[in-house]
Amino acid sequence: MLTEQEQQAIGEELRHYPQPRAAVSEALKIVQRHRGWVSDESVRDIGAALDLTPAEVDSVATFYSMIFRRPVGRHVILICDSVSCWIMGANPLQAHLAATLGIQPGATTADGRFTLLPCACLGACDRAPALMIDDDLHVDLTLEKLGELLEKYA
Amino acid sequence: MDRPLTQHIRPDREPLTLREYEQVGGYQAARQALQAAPRDVTDQVLKASLRGRGGGGFLTGQKWSLVPPDDGSGQPKYIVANGDEMEPGTMKDRWLLEGQPHQLIEGLLLGAYAIQARVAYIFLRWDYKLAARRLQQALAEAYAERLLGAHILGTDYQLDMVLHTSAGRYMCGEETGLLNAIEGRRANPRNKPPFAVTCGLWGRPTAINNVETLCCIPHIVQRGGDWFRSLSRSPDEGGTKIYGVSGRVRHPGLWELPLGTTARELLEEHAGGLRDGYVFRGLLPGGASTDFLVAQHLDVKLDFSSVEKAGSRLGTGTMVVLDDRTCPVGLVLNLMQFFARESCGWCTPCREGLPWLARTLQALEDGQGTSADLDLLDAHVQTIRMGHTFCALAPGAMAPLGSALKYFRRDFERHVADQRCPWRAP
Repeated sequence: MLTEQEQQAIGEELRHYPQPRAAVSEALKIVQRHRGWVSDESVRDIGAALDLTPAEVDSVATFYSMIFRRPVGRHVILICDSVSCWIMGANPLQAHLAATLGIQPGATTADGRFTLLPCACLGACDRAPALMIDDDLHVDLTLEKLGELLEKYA
Repeated sequence: MDRPLTQHIRPDREPLTLREYEQVGGYQAARQALQAAPRDVTDQVLKASLRGRGGGGFLTGQKWSLVPPDDGSGQPKYIVANGDEMEPGTMKDRWLLEGQPHQLIEGLLLGAYAIQARVAYIFLRWDYKLAARRLQQALAEAYAERLLGAHILGTDYQLDMVLHTSAGRYMCGEETGLLNAIEGRRANPRNKPPFAVTCGLWGRPTAINNVETLCCIPHIVQRGGDWFRSLSRSPDEGGTKIYGVSGRVRHPGLWELPLGTTARELLEEHAGGLRDGYVFRGLLPGGASTDFLVAQHLDVKLDFSSVEKAGSRLGTGTMVVLDDRTCPVGLVLNLMQFFARESCGWCTPCREGLPWLARTLQALEDGQGTSADLDLLDAHVQTIRMGHTFCALAPGAMAPLGSALKYFRRDFERHVADQRCPWRAP
């Protein structure tokens, strides 16, 4: 069941488009903002709210990289692995991060604190290498800076 | 030197509020334009010879001229600011979006007025959180001051402007993929024709323009197409350009410079040349999907026609520099992995071809390549081209590969001969 708050937020989005379907990516993000991820049940609920089949909702949910169809940690680390960051040392950075957290890219730490996801160019190429944790962009990273940075996300 | 787009952007500070923006001449162009015929805006933009800054380089005025007049159906026309900016190596629109959101809103309002659109969407990539916050704030200010909504500036013109933040996928930047994304579908490409200008969002005429392109419009309207054209160093293309440099240079960054600034000036004077101990080998002039240029091209003017003559594309105008301590095969592999991952899977050459090429390049990097692999790479560059695929994604992926095979052939051959990547420790 969508909460009243979620329903209201989705209703707001509907006003921006001539057809309810267009609000589907916003609806998915609204649910994700409240619950961290999008479950099968939420896919059905969003479908019901927008007059779409669960398959139609899921076809969108699985297409976009920032819709999570599995639970993620409290904090999501998006580490850029595109060309400028790659030149500037994104690979060793990612390896270091994976080793520090004790997980493979794509996985979540056992304590549910971090999920590590490699991602496409973050548009901070002049300040490479870069990553995002939740909504925050961090740039000009070094191995030394990483440890300090992670401490800020409990 | 005139830097109309960025002169009021203050580093590390909040962007200009609506009031501050108006104090430096903001929304004057809108006030001027809305008192005159919509066609006047398009005419000035045509005179300015403004070519689209998203990478396509289509003449903006011409695009707007192709939008049909109102058909009396009562159904709206649309305009979209493309702020997807997911081309690897590209960070220029972020500067404008975060730095001066009102400039984009005014440019989009002017574009909307020119084609008589009733709804405008700002399509922003998911990751640009700061830009989203600042745009929402600026939109709220503009609505409060009746610069958006009904009866804009006391006229009969009505425009709703909506921020649409996506959910992350390179395909959304492709024009027809973007239309599907806004409509709430997978961002697969659509067949062309019909083109978006006649049949876009919900089957209605839709103009799609890049963020930087739209940011030029208030200045063109206010100071005239001829003035804008004179900012450029190239005869047939007007304006300044936001150029960028990333890679192992002394000062990576972004600069607003006259269109037609040479690659050498950008690289050496602005970016400070390569870092100590590194030697220049090549550059991608405008993002991941452009062909390499090398030392012999450094004096090429970075405008659309000159870069095309040199065998590449200006693209987004943000260059990625390849140095001598970076393996060109590894770099192309990185790009191919990106394109393979971002392929929407709609057509076979892209869905099957790109992962195959990524695996072949990986084999070369891992010391398992054969000379037949180089033939296979060559063959794909010839085969995966426009006309054989649904959209430009896969042909775009061939640009760096094909040009790397041309300019860095010996490096590919060494991977085969030595059975290892020469840049990796043995």
